Amino acid sequence: MLSLLHAVFVAPFLDMAGAPTFLAEVLIGGIAAGLMYSLVALGFVLIFKASGVFNFAQGVMVLFAALTLVGLMEMGLPVAVALLATVAVMVALAFGIERVVLRPLVNQAPIILFMATIGLTFVLEGLGEMLWGANVKKLDVGIPDESFKVAGILLNKLELTAAGTAAVLVAVLAVFFQRTRIGRALRAVADDHEAALSIGIPLKTIWVVVWSVAGLVAIVTGIMWGAKSGVQFSLSLIALKALPVLILGGFTSVPGAIVGGLIVGTGEKLGEVYWGPLVGGAIENWFAYMLALVFLVFRPQGLFGERIIERV
Amino acid sequence: MSGAGRPPSLLEVDGISVRFGAVQALDGVSLEIARGEIAAIIGPNGAGKTTLLNVISGFYHPNEGAIRFAGADRTHLKPYEVATLGIARTFQNVALFKGMSVLDNIMTGRLLKMHGSFLLEALYWGPARRQELEHRGFVEQIIDFLEIQAIRKTPAGRLPYGLQKRVELARALAAEPTLLLLDEPMAGMNVEEKEDMCRFILGVNDEFGTTMALIEHDMSVVMDISGHVVALDYGRKIADGTPDQVRNDPAVIDAYLGVAHA
Repeated sequence: MLSLLHAVFVAPFLDMAGAPTFLAEVLIGGIAAGLMYSLVALGFVLIFKASGVFNFAQGVMVLFAALTLVGLMEMGLPVAVALLATVAVMVALAFGIERVVLRPLVNQAPIILFMATIGLTFVLEGLGEMLWGANVKKLDVGIPDESFKVAGILLNKLELTAAGTAAVLVAVLAVFFQRTRIGRALRAVADDHEAALSIGIPLKTIWVVVWSVAGLVAIVTGIMWGAKSGVQFSLSLIALKALPVLILGGFTSVPGAIVGGLIVGTGEKLGEVYWGPLVGGAIENWFAYMLALVFLVFRPQGLFGERIIERV
Repeated sequence: MSGAGRPPSLLEVDGISVRFGAVQALDGVSLEIARGEIAAIIGPNGAGKTTLLNVISGFYHPNEGAIRFAGADRTHLKPYEVATLGIARTFQNVALFKGMSVLDNIMTGRLLKMHGSFLLEALYWGPARRQELEHRGFVEQIIDFLEIQAIRKTPAGRLPYGLQKRVELARALAAEPTLLLLDEPMAGMNVEEKEDMCRFILGVNDEFGTTMALIEHDMSVVMDISGHVVALDYGRKIADGTPDQVRNDPAVIDAYLGVAHA
């Protein structure tokens, strides 16, 4: 019994203290992975904030964006041109979604809009494979997947670039939401459609803007994840990893998506490395969901979410 | 109203009819609201008062009839386009952005007055910063005016009902409207809160010269603050005139008390 307690509560920390550079590597790996989760979660938060819709299709949008980019590059377009074209495709998609999905369903219950985004998932998945094929594709954006050492800590260039990009994007979006006129309009629309209309905010424009931004986030996510693990169907499943991040951070909070991502990323890496051997490994796969469950029980609004108070 | 000496009309509602399926919510209603006046729309429940307000603010479009605002036809505009014309409104059931602070709520009322570049705003730099401060200054004036300084930072959803109504009025005022539509601004308030609200409404009219149309049930309030009363019943206009004229109008008495059949 005592040896079990020792193995769970003491030994891992002794290991950490014993090899600080290794701990640093694990932490950096965790933060890098966490920022990538934040990126996906951010796509959800944006749309949820502005339309109250839980966009089930966010993961597929990531896949679709990556497929489009790779497909265009395979057709021989230079990276920059292909990227611009992909942006154009995602913005066009936002217009299309507003026109075909959102506008006819305005004022419907959230669950109906949620179902509509499930439908959108299948449409995008099929469309992506129809246009670009179902093979695993390699995405090379010119960042070498190689490692180097700083102060004895092993770092990966690709991971660092991805983490840096995610950090910048997250910061820009957070500022955009908090500080700008459009950010304020987005928050207003998310809160009350009628009131937003009455003060002169056109809902359609706001929806197109927000789905476009979510599309851009999807492109960045698609590039980063795609460069790491290839562009393939499983890319759309990273959306599942974003769910616990959202539950942790709160569905309506941009900073929450970041902090949630970081907690999940570092938590699962630390858990895997230091506690994994105790249970035969694979902690990384379920850690996030366990944590989410705990949060659902004790703090369902998440760390930064708006508290839900019902008036009786 | 064709009485001599009245100032020119700001809003003209001309023969408006609205049907929801088989329900005739409004039936050929015409009225005029003069620049600078406080007009009250009264009537029993289901008379079509809120429908009329919704038509004026563009949430519903009439099946027949036309609406002219400041001389121009605007019958078929959408709500956000109506807002750009300078018509602001509040809602019967309070439509605030519940998750946002009182200050942010009122600042959203300034959205139409704000211009400028995305990038500068994001950086909170130069003209964008100046603009934000300028608008913030205006909003602070409204906050002072409506005496809600103490709740600036409180999320609107946590306020008691009476204060929510006041914040909603503040948001509408932030847009510096030419015409302000108030849907039951005093519903659910106690006497003291009603008196405060009356004071604010008269103050706004006085200070900013804002034209107002309000729906109200409390007849004593109506008589106190408005110079022009329009009575509706079953979607039709049954009386239109000064408070005294309307109060003594047999049709209005019938609508409120029932027709005496004896």
